[in-house]
Amino acid sequence: MSTTQKELRGASRWALSLNAVLVYAFFYAPIALLVLYSFSDDDLVGRWGGFTLDWYRAFGQNDEVQNALGVSVRVAIISTLISVVLGTMAALALERFRFRGQRVFDALLYLPVIVPDVTMAVMMLLFFTQGISLLDSIFGIQLSKGIATVALSHIAFSISFVSIVVRARLSGMNEKLEEAAQDLYASKWQTFRHITLPLIAPGVIGGGLLALTLSLDDVVITQFVAGPGSTTLPVYVFGLIRRGVSPLINAVSVVMLAASILLVLLSSLAQRARGGQAT
Amino acid sequence: MTTVLATPELEATNERQKRRRGFFLALPAYIYLSLFFALPLLIVVVYSFATRTRSGGTALEEWNLESYRKLGEPIVTDILLRSLTLAIITTVICLVLAYPFSYFLATRRELTRNIMLVFVMIPFWSNFLVRNYAWRVLLGNDGPVSQLTEGIGLGETTILFTPTAIVLGLVYGFLPFMILPMYAAIERMDWSLLEASRDLGASGFQTFRKVTFPLSLPGVIAGSILVFIPSLGAYVTPQILGGGKKTMLGSYIVTQFLTARNWPVGAAVSTVLMFVMLMATLIYFRKGGRTL
Repeated sequence: MSTTQKELRGASRWALSLNAVLVYAFFYAPIALLVLYSFSDDDLVGRWGGFTLDWYRAFGQNDEVQNALGVSVRVAIISTLISVVLGTMAALALERFRFRGQRVFDALLYLPVIVPDVTMAVMMLLFFTQGISLLDSIFGIQLSKGIATVALSHIAFSISFVSIVVRARLSGMNEKLEEAAQDLYASKWQTFRHITLPLIAPGVIGGGLLALTLSLDDVVITQFVAGPGSTTLPVYVFGLIRRGVSPLINAVSVVMLAASILLVLLSSLAQRARGGQAT
Repeated sequence: MTTVLATPELEATNERQKRRRGFFLALPAYIYLSLFFALPLLIVVVYSFATRTRSGGTALEEWNLESYRKLGEPIVTDILLRSLTLAIITTVICLVLAYPFSYFLATRRELTRNIMLVFVMIPFWSNFLVRNYAWRVLLGNDGPVSQLTEGIGLGETTILFTPTAIVLGLVYGFLPFMILPMYAAIERMDWSLLEASRDLGASGFQTFRKVTFPLSLPGVIAGSILVFIPSLGAYVTPQILGGGKKTMLGSYIVTQFLTARNWPVGAAVSTVLMFVMLMATLIYFRKGGRTL
């Protein structure tokens, strides 16, 4: 019965289909054209001048781009690893235990998700500027903004996203299995290692991929906390775009897009693994 | 083997142990976020009450409301008004596009639905900067859009670096944020209520207005907030597609910090933005939305 009542008739059905087609065209036409132009042998970015791989070659040979890519990858790996550990622990604490200060913690964990980029950027800038000058004046330690400040900021927003994804997985999970393991004299660690962790693995992997994506994509916050020499790829590209468009940016953009798409596909695979449903 | 009975004492010890373990599990993230999130947030609020020195530094000694008073000046109110207008327009366009789309999505068979969803997730996850850049290329001089409009006799397209281009970029960037919660709400709806409404003689439009729409309202609210908040604080889009000339709130804040070096005013605008966002989030949770 559920299919028949959901069936739509005549004009409205036609209009809905048309709208869906238009929405998809709106999503994908710009991306498709960008990919197309990245192979175009023309110095003007929006014109087709025959097939070439020159811009990708330029991408591979440009030292600044390669440096920025290196920084991006390092920051993304460090911040993902740390935020996955902290975020998963936080998720377990909130879903499986009751403890003092839980509600404050819950709220604190949600805030980084909803604070606008620009505000968070300002927060981190003021914090690190103050912190660095304080360390200098009290202990005489000379620090400056660099990869560490970028990674610390990325962890600050990634923990929340990881914990949300892992919590979604945990809340749909049956606690009985863990109880059964305990009844069968498994230690707390054994229970976690052999029961809980395998069950939440898709959530942990999904959260990790999300953290990776967020770190690789961030422009605004990174721009505020990066020092000389710790420019990430998006920040470098943003700087280039502000000076004008170029075929090189097209190629870099397509590489970044391809990386994001690969990460989405991996994540939707991870979510579906072991009979889990994507949430 | 001895049978352990659940005595009240044992249960209390157990309970205490559980509390302690939960607390210690949460502790690392708690400390991290207190130090690297809550403290920075507090510092911004403190700075908003500080004074800008002549050299562009910040004097923290005497707290005052000078920076907040500055928010009432025409330059800032203009920017505020423009940001609000553009954010509202963006939200409305997203609503109009996303509602029928989500409805369509929710009424598909499961396989079709899952495939369609993946193709919404891809733009949702893709690099925001790059997706805005794509429009910069498309809308540029002699770009494909211009070629198209000239081809059909509408003349050259000159919307790049105008508010229209900013709205276009924002809609493009945030449409998935509207679709996903809306789809979740519509999909969860009790469809038999719709049938009941029709059986009782309501017209299609009446059913939509009195049944379907109210049932999907949590998704509408959640999606609207998820689009409105980042649009209001947008920085990347106005820079790339607006040319950074007609400023929005996000760009204004960045300018105060990086160019004008008026940190107290930048901090005050950030504080206001944060407050608006907090209010919106409270409404979101009040309405029972916890999708996403």
